Amino acid sequence: MEVRLERLSKHFGSVVAVDDLTLHIKSGEFVALLGPSGCGKTTTLLMLAGIYRPTGGEIWFGDRLVNDVLPKDRNIGMVFQSYALYPHMTVFENITFPLKLKKVPKEVMREKAQRVADMMQIGHLMDRRPAQLSGGQQQRVALARALVKEPDILLFDEPLSNLDAKLRLTMRGEIKRLQHDLDITSIYVTHDQVEAMTMADRIAVLRDGRLQAFATPDELYNRPRNLFVAGFIGSPPMNFLNARLTAQNGQAIVEGNGFRITLPEDLGRKALSQAQREEVIYGIRPEHIRLDPDGEVEAEIYVIEPLGREDLLDCRLPDGTLLGVLVPSGHGVKIGEKVRLKFQLDHSQLFDPHTEQSLLWN
Amino acid sequence: MAEHAGSRIGQIILGIIVLLLSMPLLVMYIWLVESAFSQITYGIIPQGFTLSNWRFLWEGFTNMPSIWRITWNTLVFAVVVATIEVFIASLTGYALSRMKFPGRRMFLSLTLVLHAFPAVTLLIAIFYVLLVLGLYDTLVGVIMVKAALELPLGVWIMKGFFDNISWDMEMSALIDGCSRLRTWWEILLPNIRPGIAALSIFAFLSGWSEFLLPYIYTSSFENFTLSVLLRRLVGDFRFVDYGLLTATGLYYMMPVLLFFIFTQEYLLNIYAGGTKGTTV
Repeated sequence: MEVRLERLSKHFGSVVAVDDLTLHIKSGEFVALLGPSGCGKTTTLLMLAGIYRPTGGEIWFGDRLVNDVLPKDRNIGMVFQSYALYPHMTVFENITFPLKLKKVPKEVMREKAQRVADMMQIGHLMDRRPAQLSGGQQQRVALARALVKEPDILLFDEPLSNLDAKLRLTMRGEIKRLQHDLDITSIYVTHDQVEAMTMADRIAVLRDGRLQAFATPDELYNRPRNLFVAGFIGSPPMNFLNARLTAQNGQAIVEGNGFRITLPEDLGRKALSQAQREEVIYGIRPEHIRLDPDGEVEAEIYVIEPLGREDLLDCRLPDGTLLGVLVPSGHGVKIGEKVRLKFQLDHSQLFDPHTEQSLLWN
Repeated sequence: MAEHAGSRIGQIILGIIVLLLSMPLLVMYIWLVESAFSQITYGIIPQGFTLSNWRFLWEGFTNMPSIWRITWNTLVFAVVVATIEVFIASLTGYALSRMKFPGRRMFLSLTLVLHAFPAVTLLIAIFYVLLVLGLYDTLVGVIMVKAALELPLGVWIMKGFFDNISWDMEMSALIDGCSRLRTWWEILLPNIRPGIAALSIFAFLSGWSEFLLPYIYTSSFENFTLSVLLRRLVGDFRFVDYGLLTATGLYYMMPVLLFFIFTQEYLLNIYAGGTKGTTV
């Protein structure tokens, strides 16, 4: 089912939780709402669920305006971070609860419950109570309960946050596969960008109740439209350097404290045509910097953080700015050593320090 | 080793102190039981075992309804008060815990004030109300008054229990297809069963031991409760038969005692965990 949010807003007293949010979600699409805590993503989800009534704007499920439709009449399935299972019911009763309310005949109910439970690999746990299950199993029951009524839309509220790291990885894959197979429009709230990047078809990045970007993971990563998105997406985060952008001999030169680079031609042209002032913020991701004796930037190794396959080097520029650099381990450098860094210039990002908008991708 | 011995001596001393402190209470109860089964007592020394103090069970009292009728009244009083209180408090507690409505804070504060309000000061006003409603000297009237006076505490306790249930579970039920009322009934109530049990017991015990209200708002024999009966036995113009009085007292106490033994675990909920996390 196609879902459209049109200029949606939600106020709690004087607090604006969601502000003028417009999102068009295609049928069968997996969309992640991503943002730091308090950005309004859960509020948005609860408006979709019908728990909160929007202060303004419209929510459309297909061609049905659902602003005033009760949660029970929206045919949605929802999975909560806390699982929200009913502790006084068995797994079977939990899963069949939505069907019981729909007055589905007993045999049909049993059959459907068994099918969805088998799909979630909890078919053998039907007689247990939630308290007797592990966190992962509880989350599977919660998923089964959301799926059993064959919802038009699936809502997820940070469903994996309470699981341990390994289980989280497994479930991440399973939910993605499940969503792909069942082709149910899904909206997934998370503050974990890795989760959003790996699972979603498109990601809506929210900050302070406002939409920052709504794009594919690839676009968010490679062509961030503003400073917030650039800094929020990617781990370790993108490096930002204050710099000046000037045109010299038809080339775009970015110059900062202790470094001077020439932008590739196409990027340079775009930047120069967009820039309204000389000051810019230059952004480059840690994975796009190399150690190279011919590098254009001189720095000193400040801290080395081994991550296993790679090491994250915190390099200090002459003016004291720290620059994260991700290099394969086995580089041999030590703390305090002077190194030269080479930027992969075609991955450069440029932002206007005042509007915080990208000079390359708008 | 020495330390161990020291702590044991300390414990013994502590035990003695506790025993001494509770002595007055113990002596009273010992006397109550003794006296109920003896012809006469000198201090706490009983003399002559007898069951004749218990003859009211089969012979009844002079000029009063049978003990069974009175017991029935007391039971009805306590059970109905408890039922009304639990029913209203669990609905009100839910509303106060879960819904936003104008005057909610005010309502909560007022409830607390009402709870702190000495009921005695209301006696005359309530008397008039009952009189006007035609409920004076009826059990129904007294039950309503008692339930009303107990409700503030009950509402607060139930609100506390509801506060402890996660919103997620309730939202989940709404999304699964429940109405709010059904969520309350099928999802929330089963999960605050300990709270309901505790409040029921609490309300029942309070109803069972209530004296003032039935004493003041009923006058006919057929509306007597056990506490009023006890009061009658030490009436102003009678020779007090202590044997009979203590036997009746023991009879009055027995169900509560048994009840308490079996339910104290639930009762502790109210004091220990029940109102934890309560917020206005």
